[in-house]
Amino acid sequence: MANPAPIDPWLPEIFTVEKRVVENHDTITLTLKKKKGPSPLPPPKPGQFNMIYHFGVGEIPVSFSSIATDSFIHTIRNVGAVSNALFHSNPGCELGVRGPFGTHWDLEGAEGFDIIVVAGGVGIAPLKPLIETLIANKDRYGRIFVGYGARDPDNLLFSGLSSQWKKSIDFLRTVDTSKGATTQVWQEHVGVVPDLLTDLVPTSKARAFVCGPEIMMRSSIKRLLELGLQKNQIFLSMERNMKCAVGFCGHCQFGGHFICKDGPVFRYDRLDGLLGVREV
Amino acid sequence: MKSIHDLILEHPFFKAIPTKYLETIAGYGKNLHFKKGELIAKEGDDADFFYLLRSGLLSIEVHLPAKGSHVLQTLRPQEIAGWSWIYPPYQWSFDLKAIEAVSVIALDGKSLRKICESDHELGYYLMKEFAKIMTNRLKAARLQLLDIYGKDPHG
Repeated sequence: MANPAPIDPWLPEIFTVEKRVVENHDTITLTLKKKKGPSPLPPPKPGQFNMIYHFGVGEIPVSFSSIATDSFIHTIRNVGAVSNALFHSNPGCELGVRGPFGTHWDLEGAEGFDIIVVAGGVGIAPLKPLIETLIANKDRYGRIFVGYGARDPDNLLFSGLSSQWKKSIDFLRTVDTSKGATTQVWQEHVGVVPDLLTDLVPTSKARAFVCGPEIMMRSSIKRLLELGLQKNQIFLSMERNMKCAVGFCGHCQFGGHFICKDGPVFRYDRLDGLLGVREV
Repeated sequence: MKSIHDLILEHPFFKAIPTKYLETIAGYGKNLHFKKGELIAKEGDDADFFYLLRSGLLSIEVHLPAKGSHVLQTLRPQEIAGWSWIYPPYQWSFDLKAIEAVSVIALDGKSLRKICESDHELGYYLMKEFAKIMTNRLKAARLQLLDIYGKDPHG
């Protein structure tokens, strides 16, 4: 499932921030254009990531939140030093980019199947290009269900797309609490994401794609298994401290896997037993 | 049109119920519909009924003085609302409200708990099923308390 790595995976190329969209109080989406060079951009696939380098601060992995042919689009939450610097990057700012890296969501293998997408928090970002691809090719799939949870209504991402998505697919949103919502009166679900899956009747012709905080993924996967899905029908995107992105440094080792090279997208049966192991 | 018996049989809560109890339970059920915004049960009221949700969205709410109602959790079709009828003091602990138009099967818990006192097999079945629901809701509440999505923007 992995794309071939770039020719020199260590060398960042210079990109310029073309557009900065504020998604909410701590999350932005950057559109990055290559500064120069005739070579076309390597085409990313939903689920893959780039290493983005803010000069003088550092480098972090960021998943693609949309797929374009002439730019890279990333949604970034301000949680640390590098993401804070990226969060404050305005149009014109130059950044170093390496990638795309890693495995992608297996959409080809899911054709003809019912699709269950479970997203939590900023985990919706790596799933967004998958959802967009599913919607664009809806006739290739069975029932498409997307459940998305966030802390509260103000923290939901891509709210502008919500009504569009609802027209095409079964799309449910939930929040842990509706308290403190400042932007809207919340009339949707309150509760945890796995509870959105209650009335699904998955079949052997179903695939589930899950991304979010690890504890949310664990509880969602447990619910999917209770509903009758097999472990090999579930795919998830893992997150660890990635540095080199090509499986050399070992920072992101997870059991016998390197998240950067063997992942970030894994079929669940390949990680079985590792989720919940405290030492990894 | 489906009978109460059929509707109960379709609901996951009664998936494993011994057949001999279906008629009894169906005899204490009725179809009800609530409009959007309608209060179905109020904290402190006698808990005489519980509800199998067929369609729409329900909320479990608490009223905070000077702050209004706060939604603790929403319930979707195939879920069940209300276990206060089975445990003393048989009063609703929270408000139950229709967020949108809902259809439910309302079951007469007050009568069913009298039957459970004399028929422990039925009582044990209902206790077990409600214990599962309570366990799931407790797990969900604990996850909600963990605040797994990170920092609080409201301070």
